[in-house]
Amino acid sequence: MRHTKKDWLLAGLTGLSLAVILLLLAVLLGQIVWHGAPVISAEFLTEKPGADMISGGIWPAIYGTVFMTLLMTLAGVPVGIATAIFLSEYASPRSKMAKLVRIAVNNLAGVPSIVFGLFGLGFFIIFVGGSMDALFYDDPRPVWGKPSILWASLTLAVLTLPVVIVTTEEALRTVPREFRDAALALGATRFQTVYKIVLPNAKGGILTGVILAVSRGAGEVAPIIFCGAANFLPYLPTDLRDMFMHLGYHVYALATQSPNVDAARPTLFGTVLVLLVLTFSLNLLAVIIRARSRAALRP
Amino acid sequence: MTEQVLDAGDHAPAAKTGRRITLRPRRARSKLASSFKTPLWHRVAERTIAVLALTAIAAIALIFIFIAREAVPMFWEAEFAEEVEIRDLFLAKEWRGYDEPVFIWQPVGEPAKFNVIPLFVGSLKVTLLAMLMSVPLGIGCAMFIALYAPRAVREVVKPAIELLAGIPSVVLGFFALMVLASWAQATFGFHFRLNAVVAAIGLALTIVPVIFTIAEDAIQSVPQTLTEAALALGARKYQVALRVVLPAALPGIAAGVVLGFGRAIGETMIVLMASGNAAIMELFDFSTSVRTVTATIAAELGEVAQGDPHWRVLFLLGVMLFAVTFVLNIVGDLAIRLLQKKLTAS
Repeated sequence: MRHTKKDWLLAGLTGLSLAVILLLLAVLLGQIVWHGAPVISAEFLTEKPGADMISGGIWPAIYGTVFMTLLMTLAGVPVGIATAIFLSEYASPRSKMAKLVRIAVNNLAGVPSIVFGLFGLGFFIIFVGGSMDALFYDDPRPVWGKPSILWASLTLAVLTLPVVIVTTEEALRTVPREFRDAALALGATRFQTVYKIVLPNAKGGILTGVILAVSRGAGEVAPIIFCGAANFLPYLPTDLRDMFMHLGYHVYALATQSPNVDAARPTLFGTVLVLLVLTFSLNLLAVIIRARSRAALRP
Repeated sequence: MTEQVLDAGDHAPAAKTGRRITLRPRRARSKLASSFKTPLWHRVAERTIAVLALTAIAAIALIFIFIAREAVPMFWEAEFAEEVEIRDLFLAKEWRGYDEPVFIWQPVGEPAKFNVIPLFVGSLKVTLLAMLMSVPLGIGCAMFIALYAPRAVREVVKPAIELLAGIPSVVLGFFALMVLASWAQATFGFHFRLNAVVAAIGLALTIVPVIFTIAEDAIQSVPQTLTEAALALGARKYQVALRVVLPAALPGIAAGVVLGFGRAIGETMIVLMASGNAAIMELFDFSTSVRTVTATIAAELGEVAQGDPHWRVLFLLGVMLFAVTFVLNIVGDLAIRLLQKKLTAS
């Protein structure tokens, strides 16, 4: 086909917008790696921060992030997978209940992260934690009704729930219908079909979804500002009721509240790099597993 | 249940008289019968799944209820009424020392001034500016990928944009604060280093992937018959792109824009770090710093006592934000459904 000037113009303009985005992405990654990489050392990764938060390492923040992410996964993923199984295997698409669940999931995905922070504070800390304190303790000091790693993890579990549900449901739908029909025809119950046939075949896709959700949750900061992240905590959380340091929150606190931002610059770039490596390696893992499971399902 | 029914079937007379007698030892039950019974734990598991599926609905309800629970006592609490008048939250007031009615958010002032309008103006300003940048960029990228890019480019670009979507917002905020702000000040000569423009560029980076993904999907799903028909009628490629593909994909693109808007107005960390956070009521000057609803909640809630009037107002902001994004989500959903209907009809 012959291309006119207008064709080239449109291709050029749309291509330019792509170039702008890719350039920004490259500058972002380049800057962070360039300034962050020299800071990374064994001490930086394994030591506690000094009292000025700038010297020393970021080990408590790494530990806190991983610990919180694990708790969040334990709490949120089973619920998300169960919901997806319900939507794809049990509910008929026209049922009121399935429609309602779907609307709720869609809306949950759009709730701003800071609103989740308010929810965690109002529901988990004040209502649940406060009630537990009132019931079980006479002490006027709060035991459960205060920010802690448990409440932060549960708040993030709710936040990541829609991601788990949507990706798991997609994975379940890629399992061919014939598999289910064959199992049912052989006399398997519905649950046996789900448990022995559908889930094993959708394993890769589900894992991908879980990892994507985990990586999203690991990087969220706004919801945990009031729910348990600590500015500076030179010890590691050992109890569910402890507060914790978090890589993302550490970046926020250091970048906006440090009296001397220039001195904090190297530490900041180093911390950002660690956070990025953490989330990207999770994303990369998800991409690899997805590619493999797709290849496996192809006839 | 199943087990009892099967046994009752075998000994119907005994069941009728209501006497509990076992005529046969359990072991002797036919294999066929036992293979049909559903084990108890299957039924328990299925029930559990159905109950867990309600979590999402419960979560939405609980979010609304428990944020509102902290906000609504403002309407009857004496402590609140002493300090703040409800109508001053929304309407301009001529405070002592001012010669005209003004909208002011000044929670630590004496008296404290809690007018939410400047915050919403701030949010809208940053969001609109970010949309102005990201809508053309997102749609442009999507069109290029869907219409022009060779396969090899597509295979690289799509993961790259997914990568962008996977960057935590605190990292984008940090990038805007540390790198973009200095660059923008040097280039455009801003008086304030942190301002609406810098925050909007940071925000645009989070919205572009949203718009791109949905718009690209929509463009790809335009049936090939439409484009081929147009080409067969002698239309040029740009004409097909602008007059056939874009209009057909419009509801999908609109959905992307609406959902991107919802994401932008609720985004917290980027604006908190890069917007400068001064609550200035200034509609058109984008070089001044702004304070958004989200950043206000994030920055101030940690410093107020529970139940304080300030606390109540911050939760009210949360309720309003929740309501806005809820509506935007429903509109976005409707737009996507409209697209599906339109495309299946054609």
